[in-house]
Amino acid sequence: MKLSQLKAGQCCIIESFTDEFLKLKLMEMGCIPGEMVQVVRLAPMGDPIAITVANYILSMRKEEADTVIVKMIEE
Amino acid sequence: MARKIKVALVGNPNSGKSTLFNALTGLNQKIANFPGVTVEKKTGICTAISKSGETVSAQIIDLPGTYSLYPKTPDEQIPFKVLCDPSNESLPDITIIIADGTNLKRSLFLCSQIVDLKTPVILAINMIDLMNYKGIRVDYLELSKKLGIKVLPISARKNIGIEEIKIALTEPVSVQENDFIDSKKFAPEVVDGIRNEIQVTSSYGAFQIASNLNEIEWFEEYPEKKIKIKSLLAAHSFDSTQLQAGETLERYKVITEVMNQCVKIEGVKKGPQWSKGLDNLLTHPIWGYVIFLAVLFLIFQAIFSWARYPMDFIDGIFADLGSLVHNHLPQGVLNDLLVNGILAGLAGIIIFVPQIALLFAFIAILEDTGYMARVSFIMDRIMRRYGLNGRSVIPLISGVACAVPAILSTRTIQSWKQRIITIMVTPLMSCSARLPVYTLIISIIIPSNPVFGFINRQGLVMMSLYLIGFFAAIGSAFLMKWFVKARSRDYFIMELPLYHVPRWSNVGITIYEKVKIFLFDAGKVIIAISIILWFLSSRGPGEQFNYVQNQVDSLRTENINSDSEEMNRLQAKKLEASYAGKMGKWLEPAIEPLGFDWKIGIALVTSFAAREVFVGTMSTIYSAGNENKKDRTVRDKMMAEINPDTGEPRYTVAVGWSLMIFYAFAMQCMSTLAVVKRETGGWKWPIIQFIFMGALAYLSSLLIYDILK
Repeated sequence: MKLSQLKAGQCCIIESFTDEFLKLKLMEMGCIPGEMVQVVRLAPMGDPIAITVANYILSMRKEEADTVIVKMIEE
Repeated sequence: MARKIKVALVGNPNSGKSTLFNALTGLNQKIANFPGVTVEKKTGICTAISKSGETVSAQIIDLPGTYSLYPKTPDEQIPFKVLCDPSNESLPDITIIIADGTNLKRSLFLCSQIVDLKTPVILAINMIDLMNYKGIRVDYLELSKKLGIKVLPISARKNIGIEEIKIALTEPVSVQENDFIDSKKFAPEVVDGIRNEIQVTSSYGAFQIASNLNEIEWFEEYPEKKIKIKSLLAAHSFDSTQLQAGETLERYKVITEVMNQCVKIEGVKKGPQWSKGLDNLLTHPIWGYVIFLAVLFLIFQAIFSWARYPMDFIDGIFADLGSLVHNHLPQGVLNDLLVNGILAGLAGIIIFVPQIALLFAFIAILEDTGYMARVSFIMDRIMRRYGLNGRSVIPLISGVACAVPAILSTRTIQSWKQRIITIMVTPLMSCSARLPVYTLIISIIIPSNPVFGFINRQGLVMMSLYLIGFFAAIGSAFLMKWFVKARSRDYFIMELPLYHVPRWSNVGITIYEKVKIFLFDAGKVIIAISIILWFLSSRGPGEQFNYVQNQVDSLRTENINSDSEEMNRLQAKKLEASYAGKMGKWLEPAIEPLGFDWKIGIALVTSFAAREVFVGTMSTIYSAGNENKKDRTVRDKMMAEINPDTGEPRYTVAVGWSLMIFYAFAMQCMSTLAVVKRETGGWKWPIIQFIFMGALAYLSSLLIYDILK
């Protein structure tokens, strides 16, 4: 499942990335495989999205969230 | 005699770096550029007294905020260059890393990279007040042991721990012996090879050089070394992306271990709830935009109506000063140069200070509170459609005051293509230099009686001009989207910082610095132009000018009332015969289709340096025409002017609109062109910009003149 498919409020664990370039940037910002993230909100029109990771809020475009493979956590 | 040291300040964006910088240096700051690039280099002096009483004068260098040593934007290249190039002039004796304590994991990533460069480091963990609130407990001693560096808890905002940092700067700072992670193992041959070739203090430094070889300028002097290293990388098939990913993973692994041992979170408090509530409101699909528009409206109100009072005050002072000098100094060339050249030029600059100060106050407050990031967040989707970026909003808004700082603020846009497009269209936003032109022309061609009994007609026209500029910018961006090739990947990965109450001292210092830059940088150009203009309009070539000059002189010596018809006629003739007049005449055939005459031609020529020179030029031209009617303003004189061809007023509605549209679109600003050249690294973009905006201005003016004529 992709990070971009999650709805606001849903949590997931990062598994891998499909884009080498964005992978570097995202990992630098703390999005490490195994890390738990939560989608906190979507911007109007559903893009960009905002997630909490490592205790802060990070925003990215939907197309960027498309490159993050995640595993959803049921709450 | 104080001991002098150099100290670099590095940290993530939003970590409180500027607040700490201001707390350490106060108003003792200087802004310059890093050599070769336009990235602002802020330095300040911090005087510290050691426990033994020794005075240390530390030059603090504020490096642009970054999340990693791997550069991704022009700003982020600076920390890498300053810390890794042993020959650069800013190479620090001590580096202070500031970490956001509520965001420790991510902050420690950058910290661990710098520690591995084997440079003397102090870690300042900021926001301890917020950490207490959130229940984050850090064992600083243990953390210091684990990292092998001095760790100091501070709150830059509450001024806690600043003295401890100062004292730490006076003491010897040790270098961590052990690597945080072993970076040599990723590419042992390459690291050894580079360390054999050049002087590097650490394996990680060599690893960084290998990864960033193309960004490094200091190899320009030793091209043979660069070639050697390049072949070394090729021989060992050094894959920078793979290795960076490996390094990042390893660092976070070790950081997580360290955090588990040193950091405890007591009681799960999720931080201030109002921050989340505020986000619900400010990024709301309807209210988010309504509030943003309201904020913009407030900024416009401030710039265009509140700023009026101090501006009128400044105007009055200069008018008084002008007549004082005019009446009390002996008549002659010097008097004339002082009043009509230098003082007129100075007034033209200082009058803009209130507007610039207010605009930067607003921008600093919006940035400092964290609201600007939310604006980028809700605007990105819309801006992207036009080839722009969520972060283009800030430059476009700043462009309303002045395109120069606006273009500098595009550096936070990570994508090169969207950055270029933003740079290219920002000057179409109506800057404050166009304001005096609009004001003057509107007061001539638009009646002041209200529409529907309450809407100010002149204000309406003014607003429509700003909207025209905005739509021209958006439209041009949309056009350019198809022509500009992408050079790097476009992405929008951005932190949404917690909301803060603005730090007023930060806001104050920002205003002070920006106004200073405006006064001295833009000021020099405008003064120079005023003096050149004065010369061109009071001197002329050949017999004709001398003939008129002689007539004027003889009339003066005959002591005939200089207010006479004869004198006015001669003064106008003199201007026509001057160098400036010749230039206007030469330009006339080209601008006649737009409805402009040679007098406007002169103003167009002088406006190529800066638009606001228009009003000054018009004053000079019309005062040169009738010298002693000091009680009549330029506006009255321009309104009274009759077009000899039609027998009607020269400034008709068609001419006025044509002129305003021309000023709205044309690239008449040397400072902007200069800054675009520096930011884009060559003449290509400023030339394209100049031609594009010129063509747009000419064609639009032609069109509107023909419609309204």
